[in-house]
Amino acid sequence: MSGFLLKVGEELVRSIQAHGVETYPHECCGALLGTDGDDSREVLGLLPLANRRDDSPRNRFEVTPDDVRFAEKTAREKKVDLIGWYHSHPDAPARPSEFDREHAWPWYSYIIVSIQKGEPRDMTSWRLHDDRAAYDPEAIESVASSLKT
Amino acid sequence: MGVKVIIPTPLRAYAGKQESAEIQAATVAEALSGLTAKYGELKKHLFTDEGKLRSFVNVYVNDEDIRYMQKEQTPVREGDTISIVPSIAGGNGNLQRISGK
Repeated sequence: MSGFLLKVGEELVRSIQAHGVETYPHECCGALLGTDGDDSREVLGLLPLANRRDDSPRNRFEVTPDDVRFAEKTAREKKVDLIGWYHSHPDAPARPSEFDREHAWPWYSYIIVSIQKGEPRDMTSWRLHDDRAAYDPEAIESVASSLKT
Repeated sequence: MGVKVIIPTPLRAYAGKQESAEIQAATVAEALSGLTAKYGELKKHLFTDEGKLRSFVNVYVNDEDIRYMQKEQTPVREGDTISIVPSIAGGNGNLQRISGK
């Protein structure tokens, strides 16, 4: 086990699921705002974003550099960090695909929620290895607090 | 003094936890080459095995996207700021499951 731990407020878990249901059968995406500590990191707020992959939104998502800069600015204004991203896998498992790995950045947490036939199922989180070869699973711990976004 | 290269948060662990680096360079290509010479671990995250800038690595010179200038051959001057900005992509790779819809 990698030992990575990601704390996520209960209502934020529900918000990610609801975003995935809302955009089903297309993929949803958004930014994770929070804090990064030595032992664990915590998601304190979400920034839902538009999926810019108009050509293939059922099995792809994209966040443009302008949206990334907007997410970084939002995090700075709220005095937190941009610690990762979430997206949905409609009618597919909550596991990173090869396409996910090829396009991933290290350090960020990547939450994936599976939406099966319009209903939220598993939610997982992952971090890319330093050598880009694979992901480490990151345990999600549901907690009871959040930052208002 | 040279150009200031802003290192994005996810890559700072590979750059001595620095937010930026001062690099002597006349072009963006020279600046990125200088940056990866200084911090070798950055190279695989910025460039493909063939040495091309990865498609989800975006570079700005003073807030101008180099894709709309001279790409990596864009000239830079002392005091310029180069920003490396991620774009984020991914998704379920299962094409068969959704075919025909």
